Amino acid sequence: MGDRESVIDVRKLRNQFGSQVIHDGLDLSVQRGEIMGIVGGSGSGKSVLLRTMVGLTKPRSGEIKVLGVDVAKARGGDRALLQQRSGMLFQDGALFSSLTVAQNIQLPLKEHSRMSPGLLVELTDVKIGMVGLPLDAANKHPSQLSGGMRKRAGLARALALDPEILFLDEPTAGLDPIGAAKFDQLILELRRALDLTVVMVTHDLDSLATICDRIAVLIDKRVIVGTMDSLMRHRHGWIYEYFHGPRARAINRGRKPTKAKGKRAAGPGGVSDGNTG
Amino acid sequence: MAVVAAPPVEDGWLESLRDGDQMVIRLGGALTTRHVAPVDDTLRGLDLSAARRLEINLKGLSGFDTAGAWLVHRTRELVRKGGGSVTLTGASAAQLALIEAVADNVQPCPPAPAPGSSVVRLVAHVGRATLELGAEARELVSFLGQTVLALGRAMLRPGRVRATPLVYHMEEVGLNAVPIVGLLSFLIGIVLAYQGADQLARFGAEIFAVNLVGVGVLREMGVLLTAIIVAGRTGSAFAAQIGTMKVNEEVDAMRTIGLDPMEMLVLPRVLALLLTLPLLGFFADIMGLLGGAVMASWVLDISLLQYVRQLQSAVSVSSFWVGLIKAPVFAFVIGLVGCFEGLKVDGSAESVGRKTTQAVVESIFLVIVLDAVFSILFSIIGW
Repeated sequence: MGDRESVIDVRKLRNQFGSQVIHDGLDLSVQRGEIMGIVGGSGSGKSVLLRTMVGLTKPRSGEIKVLGVDVAKARGGDRALLQQRSGMLFQDGALFSSLTVAQNIQLPLKEHSRMSPGLLVELTDVKIGMVGLPLDAANKHPSQLSGGMRKRAGLARALALDPEILFLDEPTAGLDPIGAAKFDQLILELRRALDLTVVMVTHDLDSLATICDRIAVLIDKRVIVGTMDSLMRHRHGWIYEYFHGPRARAINRGRKPTKAKGKRAAGPGGVSDGNTG
Repeated sequence: MAVVAAPPVEDGWLESLRDGDQMVIRLGGALTTRHVAPVDDTLRGLDLSAARRLEINLKGLSGFDTAGAWLVHRTRELVRKGGGSVTLTGASAAQLALIEAVADNVQPCPPAPAPGSSVVRLVAHVGRATLELGAEARELVSFLGQTVLALGRAMLRPGRVRATPLVYHMEEVGLNAVPIVGLLSFLIGIVLAYQGADQLARFGAEIFAVNLVGVGVLREMGVLLTAIIVAGRTGSAFAAQIGTMKVNEEVDAMRTIGLDPMEMLVLPRVLALLLTLPLLGFFADIMGLLGGAVMASWVLDISLLQYVRQLQSAVSVSSFWVGLIKAPVFAFVIGLVGCFEGLKVDGSAESVGRKTTQAVVESIFLVIVLDAVFSILFSIIGW
């Protein structure tokens, strides 16, 4: 854990649409192997930040290095290579609607390798298995799948080229709690198996608490990065409200027993100690 | 550890050593999705059936991902099935973990259904298309009934007709179509006059080109052309507007607050077309005749006065009405089909495009078929 390199480095990022400044002097670095959650209020530019990191939105100024390559300046071969080394899951999967799930997964494989049709089919089976899709989903069209299955299929496509970095845009939005929890576990498993670095925009406090190693909170056009615990103690008004609101409280109740060690001073354990003593 | 910008680019390679029933496979280079193809080809060519004890050595690997892990797993399973034993050597813990992760998750998906013989597919396709056509026709007729009922209700209680959307659509459908309809009719008038005169000149009867323009524009071209332009312009717009609302669940939202989509969406559009298409047709008639006049005086040396006199002898008011009487019918069909296809959108953005195309094709088809029916009808009753 100690010799972590940073795979994404954002320096002095500025994003601006017309006169509206979204990000200003934003710095963020993501280390290899971690799961970084990005949160923020509506319109704070979470998705814009993600899109800028992937290279879909050009920043006004600043530098974004992904795997050592400047995303905004990379051209030709560098850029193609970068795209193959990172994968993105869009909010509703963004599967190509005219292709079946299997064809969706095979498309990047066909485009970027010279493998035989036999191996193509076998690798598709592996990817479909790894994201936990049922067998018969392979030959279905995206419109025949449920929202959760579309996300899994989108994830399989994002993983087709075995990327090192995975970008997720609200991976659990629109899933029922069981499906969302399963998806969280899936991301954890894939991270372990494939040694992935994951950057995810999410509003799901459960996801943040269970799978994110660190959380970047977008506030005042910059980010404040911390672990769940350190952010819980942060005094900034919005952050406090976010992590202590009625919805957060339920999750924190479940967390405290396991995390009590680090928070003895303020935790409920301290209170109960006082009562019994 | 520094950031490694360039991934290994050396293609994967494979060496195999055979000694009786013992076999060693040494893998090296990048065994990753992008570079795995040559190793896969070699592996498939390798005869593993005799191998009782196989050793797979991963020491020489510079890159490894799911694709490589799958190849190792596949080879291992093949030998194990044949009763042999397999050992993996020189693999790092991470590589072993990845191989196990792949082994745990692999599941052969059913192959894509075979397309079957082409003759069978052709017959099946024709059959399915015919059934769909029948169903579509039946639904359209039932939609026609609903629309007529809605129109009837609106006539009984004119207060129920929503004025704002009606006026909006009349502007959109009628007023905004004036330039294109006018220009195209003018050009058709010119073409008719020129082509007619060219042929009639052989008999020294250029003046009858005026008859051709008059009868052609008033009886047929003026209204037909207008209907086709409006079908392309407005029929598609209706289908796309209502279809997008359908995708957004706006149509369902209307129903939940007790609003009738027929009354809210279909009626104003159909009424707007019913009111404006005849006006557009009239305008197209005038512009077509004008085009003929310009051509006549410019190229054929027929003065405007001569043109008007000839026109008066060639056409009567009835030929004007014969043309214009078709306009409301065309308008109704175009509006009906546009709204019908829009309401048939099933929720995906893709189907909006498909239904919009279908609306245009169907309404132009129906307009021309109806025009032919009118021609036969008029010839029977002798107009």
